[in-house]
Amino acid sequence: MDPILLLLLVLLGFMLVGSLIAVETRDLLSSVICVGAVGFGTSLVFLLLGAPDLAVTQVVVEILVLVVLVRVVITRRDDAAMTSRATLPVGLVLLALGIMAAVVFGTLATADEGGLGMRPFGDPLLNERTEAAVMAPAGEEAPEGAPAEMPKSVGGAFLAHGLTEGQGSRGTGAANYVMGILLDYRAYDTLGEATVIFVAVLGAYAVLRKVGRIRHAGNVADR
Amino acid sequence: MQGMSPIVKNVTRLVAGFIALFGIYIVLYGHVTPGGGFAGGVILAGGLALVVLAFGEEFARKVLTHEAAQTADSLGAILFLLIALLGYAGGLFFTNLLPVGEVGKLFSAGIIAPCNVAIGIKVGAGLFGVFLALAAFRRAGAGSGGRTGMLEE
Repeated sequence: MDPILLLLLVLLGFMLVGSLIAVETRDLLSSVICVGAVGFGTSLVFLLLGAPDLAVTQVVVEILVLVVLVRVVITRRDDAAMTSRATLPVGLVLLALGIMAAVVFGTLATADEGGLGMRPFGDPLLNERTEAAVMAPAGEEAPEGAPAEMPKSVGGAFLAHGLTEGQGSRGTGAANYVMGILLDYRAYDTLGEATVIFVAVLGAYAVLRKVGRIRHAGNVADR
Repeated sequence: MQGMSPIVKNVTRLVAGFIALFGIYIVLYGHVTPGGGFAGGVILAGGLALVVLAFGEEFARKVLTHEAAQTADSLGAILFLLIALLGYAGGLFFTNLLPVGEVGKLFSAGIIAPCNVAIGIKVGAGLFGVFLALAAFRRAGAGSGGRTGMLEE
């Protein structure tokens, strides 16, 4: 049997056992530690399957989450002491509004000038075709040997740039292919993910802030 | 919470800088080696969490406040958006304007490295803020000496 496969099966069994213990145990701390062990097993699986980026991220997130959870479990404190500022400086609000206006204006304006802009509903980007030179990154010639007409889509550009040599992952210049995709071809996705994290942090602040706890202050004192 | 024992504090003094260095390396070399803004940011947040846990709340209240974390979080998000907006100078949102450079070198891959830095700041500060909110500043309830909240006015 393939040794990698064998190792994967062993890890899978380990993670299964860890998950079962985490669910069944009565002790909260044991449960948290078992969840951490399962997380480290997951990162090893990622590493064995050839996804080092994901493995690194999984390990560091697992460590941080484990520390936070252990800390929360072993201290058993009830009250949070966070306050929230009621107002923001006017300058910050204006800056945020300006960035928002720039995004909206830029998106709508480039649509008129032949940019991608906003697509009409039911007219997917993948259908459109354009000249090869348009899709080349700034400061570069169109790849040699590429067809004169290529799909004017992210995926089409990705495939077209596969024809060039010595420019990193698909013409982005990044030696790490994952980053070339995450922050060039799929930068919109990454922006969305960053927004998700931002909103999640905001949610944590909103739940744990002091104002939200005042209503329960009486209950806490009774215990 | 007064922090941990002198052994922990001294080890933290020795190690924290290297953890931060490793996090910065992971962020800066995200386009060359595995890693990137998210993983490096989490390593930075972990280093900060170590410092807060070792040196206690008093230290955190003075130096590593959650307001600083919020500010850095927001600044990272704005920086990322500004880099994206700069792409309009080349026609489109997120256009890779900077030169591609030589593959495998630090200064290559155009806007990918600045984007990684912005994401690193954002994720590191955001997760550290969540750590502060969840773990460090939870106060003892009734029975262990009253409410001395971090930011009581």
